[in-house]
Amino acid sequence: MTSTTASTDRQAVPRRPARKPRRPLRFRLSRIAAWAVLVLLMAGTLLPFYWILRTAFSTNSALFTGDQSVLPPEPTWINFQRVLGLASPEEVRAAGGSGAELQFWLYLRNSVVFATLVTVGQVVCCAMAAYAFARLHWRGRDAVFYLFLSTLMVPPIFVLIPNFVLLSEVGLLDTFAGLVAPYFFMTPFMVFFLRQFFLGMSSELEDAARMDGAGHPRIFLRICVPVMAAPLTTAAILAYVMAWNEFMWPLVAGSDPSVRVLTVGLSAFRSGQPQAAPDWTGLMAATVLGALPVILLFLAMGRRIVDSIRFTGLK
Amino acid sequence: MSERWQRVRHHPGAVAALFLLPAGFGFVVFYLWPALRALWMSFTDYNVLRGSGDWVGLQNYQDLAADPLFWHSMRVTALYVVLNIGVQTALALAMAVMMDRLTRSAVVRGVLVLPWLIPQVVVGLLWLWMLDPRLGVVNHALDWVGIGGQDFFGSPAQVIPTLAGVNTWRFVGYTALLIFAGLQMIPRHLYEAAALDGAGEWRTFWRVTLPLLRPVLALVLVLSVVGSFQVFDLVQVATGGIGGQPGGPANSSLVIYVYIFRHAFNFNNAGYAAAMSAVLAVLLAAVTFFIMRALRGSRSDLA
Repeated sequence: MTSTTASTDRQAVPRRPARKPRRPLRFRLSRIAAWAVLVLLMAGTLLPFYWILRTAFSTNSALFTGDQSVLPPEPTWINFQRVLGLASPEEVRAAGGSGAELQFWLYLRNSVVFATLVTVGQVVCCAMAAYAFARLHWRGRDAVFYLFLSTLMVPPIFVLIPNFVLLSEVGLLDTFAGLVAPYFFMTPFMVFFLRQFFLGMSSELEDAARMDGAGHPRIFLRICVPVMAAPLTTAAILAYVMAWNEFMWPLVAGSDPSVRVLTVGLSAFRSGQPQAAPDWTGLMAATVLGALPVILLFLAMGRRIVDSIRFTGLK
Repeated sequence: MSERWQRVRHHPGAVAALFLLPAGFGFVVFYLWPALRALWMSFTDYNVLRGSGDWVGLQNYQDLAADPLFWHSMRVTALYVVLNIGVQTALALAMAVMMDRLTRSAVVRGVLVLPWLIPQVVVGLLWLWMLDPRLGVVNHALDWVGIGGQDFFGSPAQVIPTLAGVNTWRFVGYTALLIFAGLQMIPRHLYEAAALDGAGEWRTFWRVTLPLLRPVLALVLVLSVVGSFQVFDLVQVATGGIGGQPGGPANSSLVIYVYIFRHAFNFNNAGYAAAMSAVLAVLLAAVTFFIMRALRGSRSDLA
């Protein structure tokens, strides 16, 4: 609060000794203008989210009246019930739904399985690799690290086609094992990200443990993992969000409904309705539900995500 | 435990190999080997359905050079990248400087970065609805202020600027936070010195902030240029109308990823798709090199 504007500082708290010299008027005005712009940008970020919520609580017929009131004209839960499969077929037809319904629960389960497996595998394997690249001294270490890192420059689509062929050769298309495999063991980003943190770790504890005769596996598990708990959690959140948002790979390698993830399901939901008026309210309800897990994660751990961004690009 | 095992257990190379085993397996099987294989595929007429291909030499690369749609898609992608990066970087820079001066609030940063966390597919669907020519709220607003409705995704002339706008909406907060992190590294006393010398905000920005931000800007530019060259999810979801072919209307949003994808998985031309990806990979490496070189991105004036 104290940092809002110079003018409120001066007027609202008159008893406080005026330690700061009074800012010139022009300075205060530019500060207020900058705040106005920032608030406007935040509103521009949030309003579309509000609008999909509003649509999801509207009826399809209300959309066609052109009513743009702030609150939905006839608020209803029916769209969420339809998406979650809780509405009867009559209700679905009455609400303007199509025959092809989204198998929301199945796709949700698939997304959870996919993102969870990817997160666990990636964090464990990449933490081990990061330990080898940051805390161990061996010949060729930096060369191997830069080889790993160079794959950051390879466009994903370049390896997507051979990976698809590889999975079909070993019969793992449309299975979770195949879907997860390219992300499970490593991504260049995750190795790089975790290595940064392992490099910054102080070696005192490590040395003490070595004095006591601990081997590297023990040092890694008993010293590094506990000390690195915070960055490892951040890494897990980032891995989860990225896996949740993944689209192109699951689109080609997991098109079968039994492993189809939510992003692919949502895109199919749209294209499954040729020529007919799109079922906007149903689609928006599904969209809200599809983004909900990420938003909940964000509300719980937002600060960690925001703080991690400075490490994603910079040293 | 035998003595030999003890020796192996403490040999640095052996320990490192053990720790690198899982990640190394993933690297070799899903990055290195596929990259080599894709390169080989680009010299064959590989077909995904058939699961094999015959050597055709440089045929794919010759076809590509003579393929008007390939060049069209490159132009479309370049236009998208230029629009996207221009607006996004300028806006993000302004946002970052404002945040740096006004607030450290995690709530402000959190709100601005939220769209970055949402699946691109969801972002595409959200804006498809907001920008619907007949029912969307944006056109209602435009009608209300007297501009009149636009076609957005349905118009060949507007579809790329619209996609760039949507992508900017999604990424600008993330980019701003990267730049913000860079701003935090500029020592405060430099601003105070500039103020003592009588430099105004504007002058300080151009003479102090921007030059010292150069390495960060280079990195942000590389990340966002390389990233937006590879736009796929958004175009796949938001273009072509309901039930139509992505990349529409009339191929006016046929970005390179969509075109490659189409050849690999709809036309069963994996060899040709691999050749196009290889060209793209070289192009992106060149762009990265050029940006880092032009902005001297690996050296800081702070050091």
